[in-house]
Amino acid sequence: MPEPLLDVRGIDAFYGDFQALFGVSLRVEPGEVVAVIGANGAGKSTLLKTIAGMMAPRRGDILFDDAPIGGAPAFDVLKRGIALVPEGRRLFPSLTVEENLLIGGQCKRPGPWTLLRVYELFPVLAERRHLPAPALSGGQQQMAAIARALMSNPRLLLCDEISLGLAPIVVRDIYAQLPAIAAEGLSLIVVEQDIAQALKAARHVYCLQEGRIALQGAARELTRELISAAYFGV
Amino acid sequence: MTQGKYQVEHATRSSRIGVALIAVALVVFTLAPLWGDRQTLRLLAEIFTFVALASLWNLLAGYAGLVSVGQQAFVGLGGYLLFALVILAGAHPIAAIFIAGPIGALVAVPVAALIFRLRGAYFAIGTWVVAEVFRLLASQISVLGGGSGISLPAAAVIAMAPSRQMREFEIYWLALALTVAVLGIIVALLRSRHGLALTAIRDNELAAQSNGIDVARIKLIVYVLTGFGTAMIGALIFLMKLRISPDTAFSVNDWTAFVIFITVIGGIGRIEGPIIGTIVFFALRQTLADLGSLYLLMMGAVAIVVMLWAPKGLWGLIAERFGWQALPLQRRLVLEEKSGGHS
Amino acid sequence: MQWLNVILQGVLIGGLYAMFAAGLSLIFGVMRLVNIAHGDLIVLAAYVALTVTQALGIDPLTSLLLVVPIMALLGYALQRGLLNFTLGDDLLPPLLVTFGLSIIIQNGLLEWFTADSRKLQAGAIEIQTFQALEGVWVGVLPLIQFAVAVAVIAGLQALFYYTPLGRAFRATSDDQAVAQLMGLDTRHVFAMAMALSLAVVAIAGVFLAVRANFDPSIGPARLIFGFEAVIIGGLGNMWGTLIGGIVLGVSQAVGAQIDPGWQVLAGHIVFLIILAVRPQGLFPKVSG
Repeated sequence: MPEPLLDVRGIDAFYGDFQALFGVSLRVEPGEVVAVIGANGAGKSTLLKTIAGMMAPRRGDILFDDAPIGGAPAFDVLKRGIALVPEGRRLFPSLTVEENLLIGGQCKRPGPWTLLRVYELFPVLAERRHLPAPALSGGQQQMAAIARALMSNPRLLLCDEISLGLAPIVVRDIYAQLPAIAAEGLSLIVVEQDIAQALKAARHVYCLQEGRIALQGAARELTRELISAAYFGV
Repeated sequence: MTQGKYQVEHATRSSRIGVALIAVALVVFTLAPLWGDRQTLRLLAEIFTFVALASLWNLLAGYAGLVSVGQQAFVGLGGYLLFALVILAGAHPIAAIFIAGPIGALVAVPVAALIFRLRGAYFAIGTWVVAEVFRLLASQISVLGGGSGISLPAAAVIAMAPSRQMREFEIYWLALALTVAVLGIIVALLRSRHGLALTAIRDNELAAQSNGIDVARIKLIVYVLTGFGTAMIGALIFLMKLRISPDTAFSVNDWTAFVIFITVIGGIGRIEGPIIGTIVFFALRQTLADLGSLYLLMMGAVAIVVMLWAPKGLWGLIAERFGWQALPLQRRLVLEEKSGGHS
Repeated sequence: MQWLNVILQGVLIGGLYAMFAAGLSLIFGVMRLVNIAHGDLIVLAAYVALTVTQALGIDPLTSLLLVVPIMALLGYALQRGLLNFTLGDDLLPPLLVTFGLSIIIQNGLLEWFTADSRKLQAGAIEIQTFQALEGVWVGVLPLIQFAVAVAVIAGLQALFYYTPLGRAFRATSDDQAVAQLMGLDTRHVFAMAMALSLAVVAIAGVFLAVRANFDPSIGPARLIFGFEAVIIGGLGNMWGTLIGGIVLGVSQAVGAQIDPGWQVLAGHIVFLIILAVRPQGLFPKVSG
């Protein structure tokens, strides 16, 4: 069996004294799309933040390409090839759209994603490239945030609730681009509250409930009932 | 959920010991003229004034979150008020001290109106500007010596008491009394409703505000109170010195740098901090001969080290380690069980 | 005509004040840090220039080639080695640590160089003037200093808005956590900002040293002038800071004309008036 690209082994994560993750394990194969679903507060964002290096796990290991990255700072993790599209987009408000993209690419990792390529992927960004980031609509900002992460030419892209606060048609448009992104050989972890979208996009699904993995399996094989049970802990 | 009355308790075992020790210390200090020589009395008086100044600065910065590097404005204001009242209005020096306080409070109001428009470190520099303005204005007042300063006239000094020894006892007891009064007011404030609000502001200003605490008003009250106390102590200090000049009255080193270092090393945000800090400061000053600028340099370095590695100061380290408090300031909720039946 | 000369003097020294302020507001913009030791660092730069000019026998302008890199390096080390550890939500540590630093620098300089007044000699250019208009004389050196101040501010603006480093500054200032996600080592970004600030401080220090006598104690006053220029001009706006410096310089010049003892006081009073009637400054971009 090929080595997984990302191997998360039994991590615990804390916010001060509050434990948010309990022994969470997860694997992402090269070129795979993995979805992580769960109710609000289940720990999905915490998981992504820990992988991306914004937080350090208190127990457990995170292996990326066989190298341990648990506890490494975020800028280091990015250089190794993991990029996070943060929850709520979090574009830099003082920068224009293009400047946001350029910041994404300032670590200069080699790869196919350039300013030109992300403008091809999201043409609306090219039209608005010199506008300040806050001037964009929610959907456009989400595209910009994804493009910004792509500019670092990651091998693993973490998407934190990219459908949040967006109209369904906008969400569909964005998800329509995911195959193009994955086609370059990029692996993805998609965190979603929109279960239907997550199941459509991903091959493998993990369901988090109150900081623990309650269910995991191939997207095709998971039934509605299994998911409800895991999601809500019924 | 128990239904019944509740009581708020302040004391702990360590605070009972602390209060007892303080009571003993008070008796010892009051009787100092009996066992201490002239130099000792002068040193003790100086120590008391620094305890008072540091406690007031601690109230401002450690509790209200108003970090001022310009309290020398009020020290100098108090000093110049003393000299003005004595020289120009013929007032008795001790009476002048008690007039300087209220005037200091009055001056604090418009000053606050101006500088409260600034936040954080900009507020701090703003207080410095105000002190500079006071200093420059003072050097323009020629009847009080202008830039070179002036001495307290002998007649006014003699008016305090017939013999030099009595005068020194008077000043000593005044220093002790004022310092105890300042500390007493601070403790009373902290034990009151306002004090609880202050502790909340110290811990998290935004949360305090969203819980309905009028943060702006409390800050103003604390600033005015501190102005009041600092002006009084300033008047006392310059009565002790018998001479004033703009540079000594509004010296950043003497009235701000030392005070800040004392409070930082002793422990910001705790009432015991300035007391501990003053003891350490004077112990260092006595043991290390006057090295002048080298001494200040070392103090600066020590303050930086303490700020980075022990931000709660010496007392903070001790209190957290052992859970002590020297004064009964804690608040513990004690529920009384409702007795069955009714008498 | 007399008044025109006075105002012109004020404008020209305003450039110097704006340079004092530029380094201060750069740091505040990038990391919300107010460096209380800023004025003392300007004086330190002056002493470094003094040492360099004396040791190598070069003139003050040439000494800039050494003083600027020295101060920039010092800034990087200072931020990386000390000030980065004070940054956070609590405003007490950076304030008190930089205050402690101010005391250390002042007294260190006092120990090393004594309290004697010094001055850098720039030669004949110090007294050169030329007649701009009928009855209006302009000092060559003050004019050069003003021009350099404008160039420095223009340079900083250009750096902030047209270079990758400037982008990194703005991004880090916006959102530190996400900047780290983008691969920016914020420890390094902050240190670069401080290095830049002290590079500007170096230029300001050399100009100060050539213009007037200096001794270890004049630091705090320079901090206050820089601070007043920033507040008068408005936070977050470099060109506003230039205007603020000019307003301060002119106020001081007019005050001095009325009575020499009123020079600095006049500046403070104008500052307090602006604080009272327009606390956000003349051209604010951000709130303080």
